[in-house]
Amino acid sequence: MHNFDFAKPSSIAEAAKLLGSDGAQALSGGQTLMPTMKQRLAAPSVLVSLTGIAEMKGVCRGDGGLHIGAATPHAVVAKEAAAHYPALAALAGGIGDPAVRSRGTIGGSIANNDPSACYPSAVLASAATVVTNKRKIAADDFFQGMFSTALDEGEFVIEVRLPIPLRAAYVKFNQPASRFALTGVFVAQFKDGVRVAVTGASNNGVFRWSEAEAALSKSFTAEALQGLTVDDGDMISDLHGTAAYRANLVKVLTGRAVTAAA
Amino acid sequence: MPKDHGIGASSKRREDVRFLTGRGVYTDDMNLHGQTYAVFVRSTVAHGRIKSVGTEAASKMPGVLAIFTGEDFKDVGGNPAGWLINSRDGTPMREPKRPVLAHGKVRHVGDAYAAVIAETYQQAKDAAQQVADDTDIEDLPAIVDMRAALADASNRVHDEIPDNQCYDWGWIEDNRAAVEAAFKAAPHVTSLELVNNRLIPNAMEPRASIGEYFPGTGDYKLTTTSQNPHLTRLLVAAFVLGIPENKLTVVAPDVGGGFGSKIYHYGEEALVLAAAKKLARPVRWTAERSESFLSDAHGRDHVTKIELACDKEGNFLAFRTETMANVGAYLSNFATVTPTFLHGTLMAGPYKVPHVYVNVKTVFTNTAPVDAYRGAGRPEATYSLERVIDKMCRELGLDPFEVRRKNFLTTDMFPYTTPVGLVYDTGNYHATLDKAMEMADVSGFAKRRADSAKRGKLRGMGLSTWIEACGIAPSHLVGILGARVGLYDAATVRVNATGNISVMVGAHSHGQGHETVFAQIVSEKLGVPESSVEIVHGDTSKIPFGMGSYGSRSLAVCGVAMTKAIDKIVAKGKKIAAHMLEAAEGDITFEDGKFSVAGTDKAKTFGEIAFSAYVPHNYPLETLEPGLEETAFYDPANFTYPAGAYICEVELDEDTGKVDVVAFHCADDFGNVMNPMIVEGQVHGGVGQGIGQALLESTTYDENGQLLTGSYMDYAMPRAEDVPFYNVDYSCQTACTHNPLGVKGCGEAGAIGSPPAVVNAVLDALNSGGHKIAHIDMPVSPGRVWQAING
Repeated sequence: MHNFDFAKPSSIAEAAKLLGSDGAQALSGGQTLMPTMKQRLAAPSVLVSLTGIAEMKGVCRGDGGLHIGAATPHAVVAKEAAAHYPALAALAGGIGDPAVRSRGTIGGSIANNDPSACYPSAVLASAATVVTNKRKIAADDFFQGMFSTALDEGEFVIEVRLPIPLRAAYVKFNQPASRFALTGVFVAQFKDGVRVAVTGASNNGVFRWSEAEAALSKSFTAEALQGLTVDDGDMISDLHGTAAYRANLVKVLTGRAVTAAA
Repeated sequence: MPKDHGIGASSKRREDVRFLTGRGVYTDDMNLHGQTYAVFVRSTVAHGRIKSVGTEAASKMPGVLAIFTGEDFKDVGGNPAGWLINSRDGTPMREPKRPVLAHGKVRHVGDAYAAVIAETYQQAKDAAQQVADDTDIEDLPAIVDMRAALADASNRVHDEIPDNQCYDWGWIEDNRAAVEAAFKAAPHVTSLELVNNRLIPNAMEPRASIGEYFPGTGDYKLTTTSQNPHLTRLLVAAFVLGIPENKLTVVAPDVGGGFGSKIYHYGEEALVLAAAKKLARPVRWTAERSESFLSDAHGRDHVTKIELACDKEGNFLAFRTETMANVGAYLSNFATVTPTFLHGTLMAGPYKVPHVYVNVKTVFTNTAPVDAYRGAGRPEATYSLERVIDKMCRELGLDPFEVRRKNFLTTDMFPYTTPVGLVYDTGNYHATLDKAMEMADVSGFAKRRADSAKRGKLRGMGLSTWIEACGIAPSHLVGILGARVGLYDAATVRVNATGNISVMVGAHSHGQGHETVFAQIVSEKLGVPESSVEIVHGDTSKIPFGMGSYGSRSLAVCGVAMTKAIDKIVAKGKKIAAHMLEAAEGDITFEDGKFSVAGTDKAKTFGEIAFSAYVPHNYPLETLEPGLEETAFYDPANFTYPAGAYICEVELDEDTGKVDVVAFHCADDFGNVMNPMIVEGQVHGGVGQGIGQALLESTTYDENGQLLTGSYMDYAMPRAEDVPFYNVDYSCQTACTHNPLGVKGCGEAGAIGSPPAVVNAVLDALNSGGHKIAHIDMPVSPGRVWQAING
């Protein structure tokens, strides 16, 4: 790891100012950034910790559904969202291991947008609103492909607002080594329709499976998926599974998520 | 009532108190005045010619004290191969020099070609990066695939070895014609080509070494992560650096797991010693986890074609194998014996098969060196045998349990000389199979399968009946076979004046529990409390010249040496007691810690005798030396032959390909058991590693020789959720006939016996679901299973 300066602001305005400087990098739970820095693959000159800002932490009900501060660790979401949004709480409680869940945050996860991370699927399937220090971004606009988001330079997530669905479930199939999602599917049924978001599978990062959404909006049953096929053209192919295998998992796990939610 | 101390008691592991409370002292825990830090510069390409190593700018960087390159070591020795194997045509194996630092060429990703020594670790890291940036290495095509390596004479890992082959070994060559005749005449032949996947050892503690040099005396000290400090001392001192052995102390303190990977001497150890001398300051190095992945000796990596000839009833007539074994870029110390004498000699299994022939071609590639890893050769033999037997059963519609049973050697056949040259002294394979079948409730399997089906899962049951050879010996025989070391061990029992006991052993514990078990044996034999016995190991300045721990040898070899030293203590104690009690030596008996005159109430306690030995006021000084300390060396007459039967049950999800091990039953014969709890723990660990190999662990190099599984993001280690609650039994005991403890060894059994049981269970599940799949390679990952089902 190279040397760096460290700042821990206590307000969003102060954080925004610090992150406006050259070579500054936002640090939340550090679950991706720290290993990257230790391997000398990243060398920010200033690390700006976002974990000292009170208004960026916590879980509460609000106009937008469930409001979760960006710097809230997974373990807190697992506990505090359980009464409001059980599928989301279960997802948070299944990320990594206890140490990861104590440090890693929802804001860090979606800002990084790892194609195998769990949270992006929940945020996208919930039609959440991502609140930043500058604006509000709809989840459908926020995720822009593997490790890519709508965030501008110096912009950071301060809160995620997730509408609460009637029924929902997340089913993850673990990559055997990392235990990230080899494929994970979040299914959420709202009054006006069903949203299905898939992580881990696509070269383009988290995506919505629109054919499944249409079918499930008509009939929220696993059987409704039977006639559907998943195009494997854009699926990830690696040591742990071919594109065809991932395409299969998308369909299998979607069915299981529907069954779990129903 | 189980014993609460001594032999056979489940005494709690005394070492765990420090291990589990963070008070162990490992190499990296030691900090020395004036210490400096070494960082190695490692090749990022698999194969390249070194044009120049860029030391100039780096040497001027802050804190940099020295930079070493291959040039600095070109005139010292190489790290030698410990076993000479001859090819079938009688020519000796090819032995390329393995230098301290790569010189001329780099031969695998992670091959160290320079080392920077600096005041701080960060300074050394910065300078090492500079060296890498300034170094010019010309890329050469990587040789990764073994078949391609043998076929393409133009591309060579070592320029002087034209076909990349180390040797082409036949065992037993004189039997080849008879085996071929048996195959020609056989009513049925089953053939199977399989891969025994390469494994990365992943000891919890990465390798670490500290070199010290004392200018006042010219002495050196190496503190290092070793399973065998005397062997390391011999290799680094006599073969590599040319330091007199008596001027070098090697200390292997607490070591956090080895599994074979810490048997070997590595260049980093030589480097820290040479650097310590040059700087007259301590030089330390601790591997980063990435370095462990790239540079620890890996395990397994065989491609084998095995054929089984039998009659229509499944009676074995012959086995024949052709194996390609990958040794990687250089010969690690025991790389040449692992695929040969630790593999080919086990290819008769526990069976009365009349004909066996084994051929092994060992191949150099641009990958990390491969050497012995928990089981070392025996897992490869067991996997090939147990897989092909199940395949034959499926082809002929025979019951795999009955086929094993009818082919087992029977108890009246021991001692039994196998067609591959081992002499099994004792065993009872029917007993362990019966026990395992009882434990596994084999007759209830159909119901369990139906229950699984209700939950949408295929259920399979797999069997493996394994045998292995531990405590490799005797030295005169292994010498004939090419070993360049002896395989005895040694122990010194020092009774202190106050009656407590220090035992210095040649074995090395890197987690196994020797400190507990060896103390139990001393306690039992000398009638003293276990707490009065200290087991000292891992320091060449304290212990006798022993050979360390590997091959499940510690108890069967070093434990026996210790027992023999204890016998000498008792014999001397009797002489002292006879004098003190004014009786004839022949009338003295020793029992429960007391020397007594037979038939009288006259007695002296062990403590009184010990005190008298060191305060010899009333002592037969004219005929007996004072003191009570004895050393014994022990060279076994034969290997020991643990054996057992493992039954695995899996559930398989056809939609995702996921396999869950839902039950695992082990009926083992380890001979006499000294500490049941530790034996059980060893089996748990071994089976866990075997399940890891069978389902999870894949070491993958791409066609350019880049390690794709170089971190835990992609190298899947087994975790608690991947293994079931094990059902372990060791009650079928046939005591080893040639050592006085009757012990055989249990350290590797789990890793040897389990992989074929798991894979056989997977294939049973698949075939029960109508998927006609004859073979699937390890690791049986979900993706691989799904692919097999869906073509």
